[in-house]
Amino acid sequence: MREYKSVPRTIFNIFNIFVFVCVILLCILPVWHVVCASFSDAGWVLSQSGIIWRIKGFSLKGYELVFQNRDIVSGYLNTFFYVITATALGMVLTVMTAYATSRKDAIWGNAIMFFITFTMMFNGGMIAYYIIITKGLNMFDSRLALILPVCLSAYNLIIVRTAMKGIPESLIESAQLDGAGHVRVLVSIVLPLMKATLATVILYYVVAHWNSWFQASIFLRDRSKFPLQLILKEILITGNVTTTITGGTSAKASDYSGDLILYKQTVKYCTIVVSTLPIFIFYPFIQKYFESGVLIGAIKG
Amino acid sequence: MKTNKKFTGRAIKRDFKKNYVVYLMALPALIYFFLFAYLPMSGLVMAFQDYKPKLGMFKSPGVGFLHFQKFFNDPFFFRLLRNTLAISFWELVVAFPLTIIFALLLNELRSKVFKRTVQTISYMPYFISMVVVSGMIIDFCKSQGVLTQVVKLFTGNEQNILSIPGYWRTLYIGSGIWQGIGFGSIIYVAALSGIDEQLYEAAVIDGAGKWKQTLHVTLPGISTTILIMLILKIGNMMSVGYEKTILLYNAQIYETADIIASYVYRKGLLEFNYSYSCAVSLFNSVINFALLIAANHISKKVTETSLF
Repeated sequence: MREYKSVPRTIFNIFNIFVFVCVILLCILPVWHVVCASFSDAGWVLSQSGIIWRIKGFSLKGYELVFQNRDIVSGYLNTFFYVITATALGMVLTVMTAYATSRKDAIWGNAIMFFITFTMMFNGGMIAYYIIITKGLNMFDSRLALILPVCLSAYNLIIVRTAMKGIPESLIESAQLDGAGHVRVLVSIVLPLMKATLATVILYYVVAHWNSWFQASIFLRDRSKFPLQLILKEILITGNVTTTITGGTSAKASDYSGDLILYKQTVKYCTIVVSTLPIFIFYPFIQKYFESGVLIGAIKG
Repeated sequence: MKTNKKFTGRAIKRDFKKNYVVYLMALPALIYFFLFAYLPMSGLVMAFQDYKPKLGMFKSPGVGFLHFQKFFNDPFFFRLLRNTLAISFWELVVAFPLTIIFALLLNELRSKVFKRTVQTISYMPYFISMVVVSGMIIDFCKSQGVLTQVVKLFTGNEQNILSIPGYWRTLYIGSGIWQGIGFGSIIYVAALSGIDEQLYEAAVIDGAGKWKQTLHVTLPGISTTILIMLILKIGNMMSVGYEKTILLYNAQIYETADIIASYVYRKGLLEFNYSYSCAVSLFNSVINFALLIAANHISKKVTETSLF
């Protein structure tokens, strides 16, 4: 063992633990502040400055307002739709392409891979992309713009491909001798052997699609198609109070006018919690896999 | 190319007969990258035109390098370049080494349970969306916000932090570290666990203390990983993430916050100067590409480590 006891060593260990306790606090405190404020009395939250440490005057009024907001509810449903379709489509494409380019006897494999990785180093930029997608491919204000152009990631493809290359060739060859075709080999031999990698890549896709807002902000105009993050942007960044409370139905805004100022802040905190919770619920299930997944991508990435 | 032999006519035919299913599987991805990556590259033609949406790319008149000249003479040219490079520079000098130090210190933790806890919690911020992080930053930076209160302790000034140009870079880099340090350290932690334990035992026998071990065993052990990450960082010097900038900046802090990408966004997608912003964007991409190639080349020469 490389462990040995000495006074400076002990001091270092204590210092090190202290550093990481601080790191944990720094990571948790902002989130803690938001969660506590979201459950607290709106008036009290407004009067506070600095960190909010605890819940005071427990209230669910903020959440009530959030779930009455039509935009948030439709944004939620839209996001679920975009995340599920784009991830499913993306995974099918990723796995198929990774398998095709990891076959050693196919002579065009490396050329195909170069065609794909080159796009990671050079791209047309934001404006050319925007014009081609809207004018060339006619996807302006279409839900497809949030699914098709973003469903496949070259980076995730490399992760899966590298993992596939690590699978012993003999396994695949013996299956082929038994008469299995490529699709059969992929589905029943290769994929079951790389569950950790697949879980990691699914997590990456889901998080990327869940958190994406820019694509929607440039391509979508119809509010009924907005994903949650774009609605969040209006509430948190643009600070549109009417939207915040009533979900865009301005006729009702007057009914709330008393609450508007009072609840503006609390509603912001509640929307943050409501929008981030699904990811935080999803993440621990996959966490045990994804360190190995990141490592695999790193070797070749 | 020594592999040219396998691309003879007969070999190609035989390969295609045998592997056509394989190529069929790759076909959708090829179409995908053609449509959504290569086709947009053709849109760069706009940078050399006076693009009119009504005329389209084929009929808009060409103007040569006019837009590039305009950009180089733009009063904001220097400011944009400076801001973009400054953010990259400080990320490289502060965030990059901090991530490595984070991994090294994490590696020294003796308690497995504590280490796991630190990892789980420090990865979390990475999964919070940029919109939410920006919303939290806005909240913490307004005049009664947490960060403003901290600044007030030192300067007595209670002004909204997001309206003071001098704080922007610290805020940008700092929030980036908060979000990315744990997740960024994974790759180094993995590299550290790959170092042969015998090397440490040999070092101890040679009388090396902990510090010497770090210097002569640990750091050389992860130097390849560090170098690859460094090449990637340098190759991306000009492509500072614009999402956070677009979400947080305002005219009061353009002086330090406006970067090339946010300028392209504003000129192109908000003010509809498609051709001009396309030229600015192309300038950016070309420099970026050149930096990546150069960094890769230098690293290959000096250390025999390279990306491609």
